Amino acid sequence: MNALIKPLGFCVVLVLAFGAVTYILPQVKGEAPEEEEVLVGALTMESFVAMGEKLYSGKGTCTLCHNSLGRAPDLLTFDVVKVSLERMADSQYQGKAADVEGYLLESMLQPSAYVVKGFGKKGSNDTESPMPAVNQPPIQLSEVAIGAIIAFLQNKDGNPVTVALPTAAPESDKSVETAETKPEPPKSPEEVIAKYGCAACHSMLGTESVVGPNLNDVGKRLKIDEIRTSIIDPKAVIADGFPPIMPNFPAMTVGELEMVTQLLVQQIEAQP
Amino acid sequence: MNSIWRLLLPVVMVAVIGFGSGLFPSNTMAASSTAEQHSEMAGSEGVENESTIASLPAPKLKRSDYPNIGTSSRAIVWVFAQMHLFFGALVLAVPIFVLVIELIGFKTKDDRYDDMAHEFMKISLTAYAITALFGGTLALSLFLLYPQFMTYMMQAFGSQVLIYALLFFLESILLYIYYYGWDALRYGNRKWVHLTLGLLLNGVGTTLLVVANSWSTFMMAPSGIDPATGVVTGGIWEIMKGPLWNPLNLHRFIANIAFGGAVVGAYAAFKFLAARTAAEKAHYDWMGYTSNFIAILAFLPLPFAGYWLMAEVYAYSQQMGILAMGGILAWLFVIQAVLICTILLAGNYYLWTGMARTEGGERYRWLTKYIAGVLVIGFLVWITPHNVIYTTDEIARLGGGNHPMLGPLGIMPAKNIAVFCMLIFTFLSFQLYRRADKVITVAWQDWGNSLMVVIYIIAIANVIFAGVYYGYFTNTVYKVGSSVIQVMSTVVVIVAGVVIDGLMFKGARQLPVYWGKVSDRSQYALFALPIAFTWLMALMGYIRSSVRTHWHVYAVMEDKSPDNFIPPLATVGNMVTGITLLFLVFVLFIFWIANLSGTKQVPPAIVSKPAVAEGA
Repeated sequence: MNALIKPLGFCVVLVLAFGAVTYILPQVKGEAPEEEEVLVGALTMESFVAMGEKLYSGKGTCTLCHNSLGRAPDLLTFDVVKVSLERMADSQYQGKAADVEGYLLESMLQPSAYVVKGFGKKGSNDTESPMPAVNQPPIQLSEVAIGAIIAFLQNKDGNPVTVALPTAAPESDKSVETAETKPEPPKSPEEVIAKYGCAACHSMLGTESVVGPNLNDVGKRLKIDEIRTSIIDPKAVIADGFPPIMPNFPAMTVGELEMVTQLLVQQIEAQP
Repeated sequence: MNSIWRLLLPVVMVAVIGFGSGLFPSNTMAASSTAEQHSEMAGSEGVENESTIASLPAPKLKRSDYPNIGTSSRAIVWVFAQMHLFFGALVLAVPIFVLVIELIGFKTKDDRYDDMAHEFMKISLTAYAITALFGGTLALSLFLLYPQFMTYMMQAFGSQVLIYALLFFLESILLYIYYYGWDALRYGNRKWVHLTLGLLLNGVGTTLLVVANSWSTFMMAPSGIDPATGVVTGGIWEIMKGPLWNPLNLHRFIANIAFGGAVVGAYAAFKFLAARTAAEKAHYDWMGYTSNFIAILAFLPLPFAGYWLMAEVYAYSQQMGILAMGGILAWLFVIQAVLICTILLAGNYYLWTGMARTEGGERYRWLTKYIAGVLVIGFLVWITPHNVIYTTDEIARLGGGNHPMLGPLGIMPAKNIAVFCMLIFTFLSFQLYRRADKVITVAWQDWGNSLMVVIYIIAIANVIFAGVYYGYFTNTVYKVGSSVIQVMSTVVVIVAGVVIDGLMFKGARQLPVYWGKVSDRSQYALFALPIAFTWLMALMGYIRSSVRTHWHVYAVMEDKSPDNFIPPLATVGNMVTGITLLFLVFVLFIFWIANLSGTKQVPPAIVSKPAVAEGA
């Protein structure tokens, strides 16, 4: 009996000891990627870029290879826009992209169009990329998600984002929810102004306030881009004599922004 | 001529079976009964393939499509699948080395080999029934808990599963004839018949293994289908021969032998500790030594087969490879290091203590402490993680995410150096053990020994140089390539050692070996081996399966079940520990049954006459 008990005890202790090692390691749970619910109509450029950043290290699994370990170029360590232009000018470039946005899109959908030297599949002499097409399984990013990642890559080094904000989900894009199922958005610029309480500080549309600059003639003083910038980033230019107290409106949609900008650019007459 | 025919027969048979499977369309089974259900699930049209049988896309499931029985479906399938694999590995592996031992016994006319081989088969026979029971339970649980997945798999593999069932019948028939016909076919030409039966048994067993492997590799790297829809486009052969099939076949074939050798070694150790006579001790000591020899011999090439498998995984999907080796699953390789080091330490310790069986062992005892030192240093390097989860304060104090001194030890090149050095020094232990009971007499023995020492030095220097230079001073592409140099260096040591020793042992004076003259403590190494092997098999099986992440069939059929996540490591540890303990319980049962079958109750008449019994 002793011949059985002692070895059995030894075996059980050894099994438990191996199991105990798993407790001293970091406890990380790998969730299956969830389909992003994005209200396309509610996107701002800021949230679009933020979405791209999240996808870059999340569902897109880009950081799995694009990191400092040398599996693929670490995109966070250089200016992607500048390098993209260099690569498009390279004689090895086989793609059809006309601009950086197109190049980045192409590199995600057809990674072998241009393979960076030293990063090709083994034995392919850098003609074939090991990177999977990101719109195909297993990654399966939607058009909106791919656009968001491009926007993030353009934005991270201070380059202008050329990707247009999506205004409606593509038909095939099941992962993107349209805004139709949500509360009705403002339909007119007046409703937008009322929603965000612009008239509380600015004189406009028949109301008066001296907290912020008078907007009744803003169309005469500022160009349309400047008006847009002032709404997106109020602290970019502070009007003389006014305190920098205007808040950002991160929830403002691109549609709302356009409506209010178009209205303001037409305000050219100083109201009494 | 007869011998050639005997050898070729199983090969021909396997080929016929393989050809036979090609005669069936791959999707016959799914033809009509499930067609409607599938169309509904997939929401798309099926297509007609050349055999005019509807082939349907992989279903796109919702969480509600999975039956809910109130507990984790994955946990249930996990337990049954792993238990089936454990026993399957044992049942398929034991007849392989039993056949070799039987052949040695036949050629040397030493009955001890024959008896030992027969005793090994006794263990395999009991395990066979348990394998079938777990296999059946696994199939039932899969059909119950993952019906749509199984429907798709049946569509892909079609009548191949019937061939598999047929092979099981054949395996059973051959196994029973092989075991129960042992004494009836023991001598002369009848022995050849018995050996042929053994060869057929192994041929069918190996075919079963590779057929079942194709299901696993199809799930990881599907082939013979349209990757966009999952519609079956190829025949059964194209579905089976995916990019990971052969690497997995080789890896499992070798691993099964190592595992089988370790388990029967534990049986020998158990019998050794329970033995009451010197003769029994001697027999089971020899049996334990043989088992350990088989386990370690099969274990040594296993990393190379594993390397091939992972290289093919990377080639198939870099993302999958990185997930396993550098992503969330990479932490599990710390446990793998602990397990493999346990195996190496136990295997080496057993060899060192085994040198006590002969006086010649004393000559090499001084070397064991250096080998132990290398194994311990290798172990420490291997378990050093690249980084751990630090607090902000700790990162600030470290000056970065990696420890300045230990950080470089955490990456693969350092671990490769450690692993290959450990393998080389394990072979040294093995070589010393083989030399322990011999006095070499060839005139060129000094030259031979010097050559061997030089080969060791060059190989170790090569392993270290390739690891350091290509691992730390070149880019990633060369890092991977450096492993080939290290593998070749290790293989050269092993091959050169076997060849040089083989030549030097000619005419060597044999020293007496006292079987049974080992400490009881040494037997615990034979228990540590199967425990570590079992835990390791369950762990690596989990990693291999988990690289599919949230896919039933990678990139083709998504897993939408509540269990489609990678669980935290402690949960994995609990599952593996629980399954290993369950396996231990069943192994004890097998040992007990094997022991019981050899126990004869003394007739009452003899019990009443103790003097007669003693005389017997």
